[in-house]
Parts: sequence; C-alpha cells; structure tokens
Amino acid sequence: MRYTAPSTTAEAVNLLASNPDGARILAGGTDLLVQLRAGIIAPELLIDIKHINGLRDIVAEDGGLRIGAAVSGAELGEHEAARALWPGVVEAAELIGSTQVQGRCTIVGNLCNASPAADSVPAMVAAGAIARVIGPNGSRDCAVGEIPVAPGRNSLAPGEFITSILLPARVEHASDAYLRFIPRTEMDIAVCSAGVSLKLDKSGICVAARVALGAVAPTVLLVEEAADALIGTTLDEAALADLANACAQASAPIDDKRGTVEFRTEVVGVLAKRAALIAKARALGETS
Amino acid sequence: MSKIHVTTTINNDPAEFLCEAEDTLLDVLRDTLRLSGAKEGCGSGDCGACSVTLDGRLVCACLVLAAEVEGAKIDTIEGMSDGENLHILQKKFLEHAALQCGICTPGILVASKALLKKNPDPTESEVRLWLAGNLCRCTGYDKIINAVMDAAAEMRGLE
Amino acid sequence: MSLDEFQKRDFKVVGQRVERPDGIDKVTGRAMYGADAYATGMLVGKMLRSPHAHAIIKSIDTSAAEALAGVKAVVTAADFAPLEAGDAHNVLDACIARKKALYDGHAVAAVAATSEKIAKAAVKLIEVEYEILPHVTEIEDALKLDAPIVQEGFRNKKIPADMSDNASNYYQFGHGDVDAGFERADLVIERKFRTAATHQGYIEPHACLASMGPDGKGDLWCCTQGQYYVRALCAQIMAMPESQLRVTASEIGGGFGGKTTIFIEPIALKLSQKSGRPVKIVMSREEVFKASGPTVSSVTDVKIGMTKDGRITAGDAYLRYQGGAFPNITCYLGAQSAFAAYDLEAVRTVGINVLTNRPKQAAYRAPGAPMAIYAVESVVDEMCQELGLDPLEVRLLNAAKKGTKSSYGPTFDDIGLVATLEAAKAHPHYCAPLGPNQGRGLSCGFWFNFGGNTSVSLNINFDGTVGVTEGNPDIGGSRASISMMAAEELGIPYDKVRTIVTDTNSLGHNDVTDGSRVTFAVGLATIKAARAAIREMCNRCAKLWDIDEDAVVWKDGFAKPAGPNAGDYEPMSLAEIAAKSPNTGGPIAGHFEVNADGAGVSFGVHLCDIEVDPETGFTKVLRYTVFQDAGKAVHPDYVEGQMQGGAAQGIGWALNEEYIYGADGRLQNAGFLDYRVPVASDLPKIDTVILEIPNPGHPYGVRGVGETPIVPPLAAVSNAMAQAIGTRMFELPMSPPKVLKAIKAARG
Repeated sequence: MRYTAPSTTAEAVNLLASNPDGARILAGGTDLLVQLRAGIIAPELLIDIKHINGLRDIVAEDGGLRIGAAVSGAELGEHEAARALWPGVVEAAELIGSTQVQGRCTIVGNLCNASPAADSVPAMVAAGAIARVIGPNGSRDCAVGEIPVAPGRNSLAPGEFITSILLPARVEHASDAYLRFIPRTEMDIAVCSAGVSLKLDKSGICVAARVALGAVAPTVLLVEEAADALIGTTLDEAALADLANACAQASAPIDDKRGTVEFRTEVVGVLAKRAALIAKARALGETS
Repeated sequence: MSKIHVTTTINNDPAEFLCEAEDTLLDVLRDTLRLSGAKEGCGSGDCGACSVTLDGRLVCACLVLAAEVEGAKIDTIEGMSDGENLHILQKKFLEHAALQCGICTPGILVASKALLKKNPDPTESEVRLWLAGNLCRCTGYDKIINAVMDAAAEMRGLE
Repeated sequence: MSLDEFQKRDFKVVGQRVERPDGIDKVTGRAMYGADAYATGMLVGKMLRSPHAHAIIKSIDTSAAEALAGVKAVVTAADFAPLEAGDAHNVLDACIARKKALYDGHAVAAVAATSEKIAKAAVKLIEVEYEILPHVTEIEDALKLDAPIVQEGFRNKKIPADMSDNASNYYQFGHGDVDAGFERADLVIERKFRTAATHQGYIEPHACLASMGPDGKGDLWCCTQGQYYVRALCAQIMAMPESQLRVTASEIGGGFGGKTTIFIEPIALKLSQKSGRPVKIVMSREEVFKASGPTVSSVTDVKIGMTKDGRITAGDAYLRYQGGAFPNITCYLGAQSAFAAYDLEAVRTVGINVLTNRPKQAAYRAPGAPMAIYAVESVVDEMCQELGLDPLEVRLLNAAKKGTKSSYGPTFDDIGLVATLEAAKAHPHYCAPLGPNQGRGLSCGFWFNFGGNTSVSLNINFDGTVGVTEGNPDIGGSRASISMMAAEELGIPYDKVRTIVTDTNSLGHNDVTDGSRVTFAVGLATIKAARAAIREMCNRCAKLWDIDEDAVVWKDGFAKPAGPNAGDYEPMSLAEIAAKSPNTGGPIAGHFEVNADGAGVSFGVHLCDIEVDPETGFTKVLRYTVFQDAGKAVHPDYVEGQMQGGAAQGIGWALNEEYIYGADGRLQNAGFLDYRVPVASDLPKIDTVILEIPNPGHPYGVRGVGETPIVPPLAAVSNAMAQAIGTRMFELPMSPPKVLKAIKAARG
C-alpha cells in the first residue's frame, strides 16, 4: 500500500482515475482505518485529501454553508453559523463516534461509507443537502440521498470523489432536528434514526417538511408520506400519530445484532415524532 | 517499497521516523518510538486507550496513519508532566484513587486534559459524555469523574 | 488466643487513604503492561484461527508460510506432545486445536516472523482443510439427544438420561426436605431465567513475550493474574521442569478472572523454541472476544415457597450453564451460591454444565454466582410483590447469620448480611420518592472468598526501610494494602515500605489472584512475615541487652523490655535495630508460607433506581448504592473502587452486554462497538457504604471484597425493571428491544 497527500483536487482525481480499483480516498479515516485493519479492504493507494486547499473550510454560499470534505465533526460542531443554520445536521454529525472520533470523522466520509445507520445522512437528506462530486469529467452536484446505493456501496463513478457538501439556505420559521436510538448513551451505531426538517407559517402550521429515516432500509429513506402527515398541521397528536404510522409503513428493516424488525419499525416512528417536535420548537425560536 | 519519512513534533520535541503506509500513529509511537504509554485496547477507536492529541485535537492514535502526521504536533501521556512535576490531573487521579489497573489511565488523562482546555468548567455530565469514548472496566468511572472535576476546580483557581 | 485470629486494635495505617506505590508509573504511562515489553531479536507471533464453529481439521499445509522470507517458525498442535486427560490437556486443546476446531476463533496454527506485516501475510498462506460439522451454541439445543456432540468423554454418570453427551459436570447441594417445605408454603412460585454469556472486558488484550533457549531454560513475560499457575500449565505443556521456566507477571490491565488461565503463552514459547528467538504475541480485541474466556451463559429454574408473612419454607434451583467446548466447575459455584444469603430449613440446588461450540469459559468475578443469585433474588422479589411484603424486611427475616447452616454445607461464622441489610434499610436511598416509569430494585449478593497458597518475604533494610516481596499480580491496588499491613504490624510509616510483585523463581508458590484472596491471604502472610521479622528484631535486642529473648516485646515500632523485671533499657526503633543488624547476626527478614484458610464469606446489598422510556425501552440508571461488608477496609478507596467497578460490570450484564452468535455459529459482536460495556455517560454516581464486620480468620478482620459487588446488580436492575414497567422480565440482558417487547406484551 502507498500513501499520498496531493495538494490539488486535480492531482487527487488523476491519482484516483489512474488506480481505478486500488485507490481509496482518506479524509478522517475513522471508517477506512477500521476496514483496513479488519482486512475488509486492501487498497493499493491511499489518497489523503486533507492537504487540498479549501477542503478543510466551511464557507458561506448563497445563504447556506459549504462544508469541505475534510472538515471534522468537531470542527463542524464548533462552527456557530452551522449550528444556527442546520442544528439537526450538526447534532447528527456530532453523534458520529466518540470525542476522539469526532476529532477526525467527516460527514462526507459518513456519507460515502454508505452505512444505512450513518448518523449524519438522514439529517443531511432531510436538509436537502447537495454533494459536490469531482471526477475525470469535471464536477457535478448531486443530492446527498443519491450517494449511498446499498450498504457499503455508493454511486460515485470511478475516479470521482466528493469535495464538499452544501447545506442550503434556510427560510424563516424553519428548522431541523435529528434523533437516533442506541442502547447506551454513546459509542453505539444507530439502531434506527430520524431526521426531520420543517417550515412553519406565521401561525405555526407546517407548510413544508422532509422526513428521513436511518437504519430501517438498505439506504436512508426520504419518506414523503411522513412529510405529508405533518404538512398542514400544527404537529398535533393526530398528525404525529400519522407521522409515526407513515414511518413504520415505509420501514423495511432487518433483524440483526443491534435490533429487531419489530423494534426498529416501532421506534423509528417515536424518534420521528420527537424530532419533529424539536424541529418545530426550534423553528418557533423556542429552543436552539 | 521504501518507507515513508515523517518529521513531526512529539511532546514539544522534534521527532523523525520511518513508517510504512499502513502503520498507524499508535504502531509508530509504541513500536518505533517506544512511547508505549498509549495503549492498544481495540485498534478500532472504540476504547480510547490510545488517546493522544494531534495539533491540539483529541484523537485515537489507532485511527490515524503515521504518514498523516508529517509536520503535525502530537502530545502523548509521556509529555503530560513537566519533568518531576505532575500535571494537576495526574495528581488528582492519584489523590482520588481514580485508577485501578491503570491501563485506561493514560488515555483518560490525555482526554481529560483536552476537555479542560476546551471547557475549563464542565458539569459532571459533560465530563461523562466527553469521556464516553474512554472505556474503563475497573472503576465504574466514579472516582475518575471526581478527579477530573476536582482538577478542573483547582486549575480554574490557578488562573 | 492465637495470633492467627482476629484481635481488635486501633489501626494507625490500615484504613487510611494513602497513595498507591504504582501510581506515578500509571499516570505517566511508564507502567509496563503485557504488550509493553520488547526484546532484542524479537519476533512477532500471529495465530490462524478457525472461521468455523465446529469442524474436523483434515490437514494443515504450512509450507507456503514457512517459505515466506522473514518467517522463522510455524507451529500447529502437532508440535505439542499430547497430554494426559486433565486441566493442562484441556487448556492446550483450547489454545490450539488438535483434531477439531471447536469454536469460531479456535486457533489452528501460529507463525513467528520478523515483522507484524510478514506474520499476517504468512498466516494467510497457511492452508487448512476443514470438514465442517454441525454445531451447537445454545444450552437447550446442546442438551437435546440429537444435538451435535462437541466432545465425547466428559459426561458425569449422574447426568439424567434425557440429556445428550454434551452434558458434562453434575453437582448437587442442599439439606432438609424440600418437598415438605413447599407443602408448608402459602405461596410457591417457579420461574425460568436466562442469562447471556458476558466477557470480563478488560481493556488490555492478552499479551506475552516468550524466550526459550536451546538449553531448555525459558522466560515468559505476560499479563496474568497468576504467574505460578501460568508456569505450571506451560511447563506441563512444554514438557519442561517448572524450575527452568521463569514467569514474570507484567502490570495487568484488568483481569476480573479472565486472566487466570492461558491462551497464547504456550504458543509463544513453542514459537520461540522453534525459532530460537524471543516471540511476542498480542491478541487483537477480536481475538480476545472470540478466543479468550468469557463467562458462562445460563438457564436456571428456581422454585421458592414462602409463608404469607414472608418466611421462606423451601428453595430449589436447577442450573444449566454452558461454558464452551470444555468442562468447567462454574455451575458448581453457582449451585453453591444460589441460596447462600438465606437461612433455610430446606434447600436443594443442582448444577449441570453443558458443552457447546463456544470458547472455553474463564472465571469472571464471582464465577457462577451472579446468574444463580439473579434467579433467586428475582423470585424472592416477585413473591414479596405478590404477598405485599417489603422486600428488605423479607430478606432480613430470612437472612443467613452466624450459626446458619449454609445452603452449600458449612455453618457460617460471623457474617455481615444482617448488618448490611440494616444499613440499606436506614439509608435515605431506600425510601426516596420515585417518579413515573421509575423503579427501585434490591438484591443481596454473596461470594465465598478464598485463601489459598501464599508466600511472602519481608526484608528489613539496613536503613530501616522495608521491602515486601509477594507473588500476586496487583489488579486493583493490592500493593498499597500489603504495604499498609506491613507498616501497621511493624509500627512504621507507610512510606517506609515498598511492596513488589515478583516472578515465579524469586519466591515460593502463590495461587492465582482470584477468589478475592489477595488482601486477605497475602495480607495475612505479610502480617505473619512481619511478626517473624519482629521476633528476630526482638532477639537481636535481647542479644544486645543480654537478656532473655522472651523478655523483649514489640510495640509501636520499638523493641522494649517486656516489663520492669526484664531490665531498664531504652527502647530501640526498627531503624536502630536494622542499622545494627550487620553486627548482631546479619540481615533481618521475615517470611511466611501458608495455605490460608478462614477467608470469611462476603455479603453485599445493592439498591438500584432506574427509569425506562416506555416508548423505546431505553433504561437509564438513576441512582445506585452499594452496601458491603469488608471485614476491615484496609484501603477504603480501593474497597469502594471494587464495589463501584463490580456494580458497573453487573449493570452492563443486566442491560446490554451479551455474546451474540449467528445461525452459522460465529460470534457476531467481537468488538467493543457491539459488545456494549457501560461507558461513563451510562452510569450515575455509584454510592458506597462499607460495613466492617471483622472476619474472625484474619488478624485485622479483613475479608475479600472484589467479587461480591458484581453479584447483586443483575437482580437489582431486573427488580427495578419489574417496578418501572409493571411486568417482570426473565432474561438478561434487558436490552431495549426486549424491554419494549415486554412493555407491549403487558399492555396486551
């Protein structure tokens, strides 16, 4: 195995394209190094993108924020503007691993690793985040939800990698929240999770919503029926019950060492309800 | 395949080493530089026994490649005391009997120091959450938390 | 009164909270653990492990591995001469598979190479041809008559005919007429309980550095709870005399019973012998989970009869434990301890061990007791609920006390159960208010404690300081407590004493650090060694003063004339006597060797408050208090530490820790990510109340404290759960999916 740390995206793309089967991008490495050690992957070349200009930056763009692919969870969590704009995405990113892992992990890595249980992904999908992909044919933008295609597999073409994520601008009276269930208080992979982003009108009625669920299907689910359950309501009990139902209906989880079908199907709705209420409170400016 | 030459700063001293691409920072600290205070409890970032700081940021040395630390500043447990003078955290860990077997202690001390730098006045639950990635199987954490809280108070008093 | 026995005294050093002698090394990273040793020319050893739960090893081809540049030795079971049936035979078979791979992760071959990378590559070049056999990992499956048989030849003749040959050990205890007891009861409840296998979860993986010379002499450095037992096993396995193998225990990064045996040491010795170079093996965390020794899983039926005013009329427990592919006595300890907290007229316990395709179990803190007592304490709690009785009062009413014939045979001497229960009753925790979805659980716990073979040497240095040499690895501060007892007895300050743990060839035999024996037995031997040194110091003074040896006594660190008749001499301090010793007969030392008896059993009571999220089944431990009899707390900080640490492990066991096997017989959660030990944010403050009911069998009244605290949390949490969710669970761990299921089932 070789290690290289290019200083430009063009160099990285070249390296990646010229080693179509044997190269991997290294950003935070918190998944990559575990997989290397376990022998799950054995790349020929590691391309460390942390030295590429701009990839460790968070910059304002069209009222939103562009998060570089090498920005760590801890750096994102310390970014006040990001917290204010998309508190749900930031709280989701901050749930990736321990304090130590936070010092290294990235939301782009979390996305590309394509685990159905990735914490930041449902929140980003709910937020409508856009990934910027660079490759041999230049750069393209892609909805975050289109990146993972199956557990451990993403849609990036050979030679492509993600350089940043755009968290879009946000209108007034809107906010988001993310909740996951784990058996302990920390250090676990999500058994199931829910990200909710919503917008209220002046009277407090939900006028737009996006509900994304994690770990209840091979990839993160964006559940329209769940959003519909919220739209036009004040998130009253009936609406929340409809939301939970829609989540359960959409879920197609598996039984595994982390949870059962029955448990995930039920609890994902509970999380969606609670996340919706937090998002609502934030949208109303009641909490941060 | 020739080795990678890395120049870095460890505990404020210049350090150089040769490594292979797959070597982790923990491998090099322990097996090459013989700084064996960082322990390998899991090799997958789940136990925190190899905690060090990398450019001031708390990380697991097992989840960092050695080649990545070119030009970086690393601090380990070996650099925590100032010569014979123990860091306040080290003193408080002894005073509060915050260790039994001691294998997790270096990582917990490094992690606690990073916490108090960022947050000099943490609540008990903030300490518990910050240290959630540092497993201790002996103490039930109680005395560790007491020691960190006491050290924080004393360090604030010194400022 | 013999000096062996407890004498009340005012302690000067014992009971203080001094700093531990190994503290600086451990807060600076200097302490040397198993993996921290390096030797000139050292090779790296790696194991190849079976991916199959049960398979015949048809052939192993190591030629490609041997041919790889940098590979210096390859070892398989064929390199070890077969041993006669017995412990060492089973241990060797567990270390490296001979004819069959008996569990996922069972080692089949090992290599030593000049680097980790080459060793890993070499392991991959070893070709093993397996014939896969049907496997069995669960108790009830393994007992079926048509179950795959893990190993033949271990069936005890008392095993019932309706059980397969996987049933191995059989034990029965008790007294009185159990059936008549049930007849007398107003309420009889019988329940079945299950507990999952858990791992000790020490943070330090097993590690060793072995060096065998062509002259047949060997040195072994390893993290272990007992270097002498390591030596005995390895010498047998290596067919060498014990005298030629020196084993040095490193600092130990947690053991909890799991480091009382060996897993990699003979492999490292053999690799070293074959390569002629030192070999270091360090297990990965995955290997620790797959191939060291977790504790047993269990299925236990408990039946108890009670009168309506809370008197237990009879108790019956039927335990089936599985501890992997080899026989073990954990069910013996479980059957003995199940009802130990109760004063019963009629009691019967039966324990059966079952072989499965899992790793060979090792001791885990109070081995066998937590799961047995969980079952009993759960039924007692349910009966109290049913009869509307206070669970603490019922325990008091039935508590074992001095003179009670225990459920396992012996009659108890002074014990602390009643005092411990009274302390819990008087504690504000017991009557603090609870909110919705909250529950409080109570459980008693017990451990036998153990003494065992012990050697201690104590040297009076010429400068008046003292060195104590002991042979038991310090797993929780015992060097401090041993130094304290030496200082106490000699009448000198703590900081004048330094205690070290030595290697096998520098001191007489010491049993493993287990059974909560060290502070008791090594402490006792240290006190006796100090007394031997005192005797000698008094003799030296007698010589100097030219009076009778009997006319000199020792008090508070000074030798002095026994009384006015003995003569008028200025008392001499230890330091003065030490300084003069070159001229009064040479160095002064004391030593003591004993197979210590009289360890004195230990009881504890735990109170636990939890809150359950009724929508997710998530359990939060809100408040926890441990009450325990320590006999005499030599170093209260480390007694509290044992109580807190044991409680934390028990809470993990109750809520989330478990070995999860797939249908393929492979372990699915061999890492700290999915084997979920409690993290700092999972736990509340764990309060401790130390009771001191002196153990009559120790000069200072000391009882072991290390193991009892893991026993009560299982039932304490489960009993709290029953109250919090309004229905009782009968299986551990009570992980959220199971809790939510129980809540929904109760709602109907």
